[in-house]
Amino acid sequence: MNKKKAIIYVRLKDGVLDPQGKTIAQAMGNMGYDEFSSVRSGRFFELECESRPDLDKRIDEVCRRLLSNPVIETYRVEMIS
Amino acid sequence: MKFGIVTFPGSNCDYDSYAAVKFVLGQEAVFLWHKSESLESCDVIILPGGFSYGDYLRSGAIARFSPIMKSVERFARSGGIVIGICNGFQVLVESGLLPGALMRNAHLRFSCKHVYLKIENYDTPFTGVCPPGKTLKIPIAHGDGNYYNFQPELEKLKNKAQVLFTYATVDGNVVPEANPNGSLMNIAGITNREGNILGMMPHPERAVEKILGSDDGLHIFNSLVACFEKRPAKAG
Repeated sequence: MNKKKAIIYVRLKDGVLDPQGKTIAQAMGNMGYDEFSSVRSGRFFELECESRPDLDKRIDEVCRRLLSNPVIETYRVEMIS
Repeated sequence: MKFGIVTFPGSNCDYDSYAAVKFVLGQEAVFLWHKSESLESCDVIILPGGFSYGDYLRSGAIARFSPIMKSVERFARSGGIVIGICNGFQVLVESGLLPGALMRNAHLRFSCKHVYLKIENYDTPFTGVCPPGKTLKIPIAHGDGNYYNFQPELEKLKNKAQVLFTYATVDGNVVPEANPNGSLMNIAGITNREGNILGMMPHPERAVEKILGSDDGLHIFNSLVACFEKRPAKAG
């Protein structure tokens, strides 16, 4: 088939404070999970894509323009046929 | 002088801004619908507070692609006066009209209270007639107001006098205790380098009459009016 799936992971850049991740790590500690010293949270998107020659470029574009904020976030794309 | 107030789906301070401009300031005010592309010859554009598009994805991330924002960007880049308040500030950083990002408050709570702002630059259209040396008492109401930028960019902001408002004590001391959300350098509001675009988290439109707890927000609106009496310009 011509359909593909793009899995996109967006996360804060290293060095950018992640208060949500920090609070989750604290909660884990309170629950007795002392081995998880740090948590970084992020977002996950699953895109169903019609195939086209410049698909990779288009995905990259939408990641930069909308799905992530390049000032504070990075993203990673995985393609599934 | 004509103010245009943009209404996005989820804006909730558009009427407060309208009332402040029209009934307190006594100037002309119109609402600009997010699907329109016309700025109706307004002199100043206000992007109001609220939760445009439910704050989905990131605050302001979706509103910045509204049809009206194309015109607002064009207007702003050609020197037109634009003020983004709270969610409007978030829209301005998402659109790249202002540098940096507004992240979740460091303590993860929604902050709703009066704060004191130190005015860092009096030579702007937004602060020209603010009383020198006095802080402004203005309320904040936000969950994502934590200003972030990388160190070299922060230095640039500071050196170019783009930091307009900082969270301070009533006496104007910019100290960590006065910082309600974790913003770097206690930043509450910034301008672009040219000085015609302002983004601020506090709500001056909610501080325009004594009965509201403060009328210090009026100084900002009065500054705009004073500035325009000297330098008229029209939006398309």
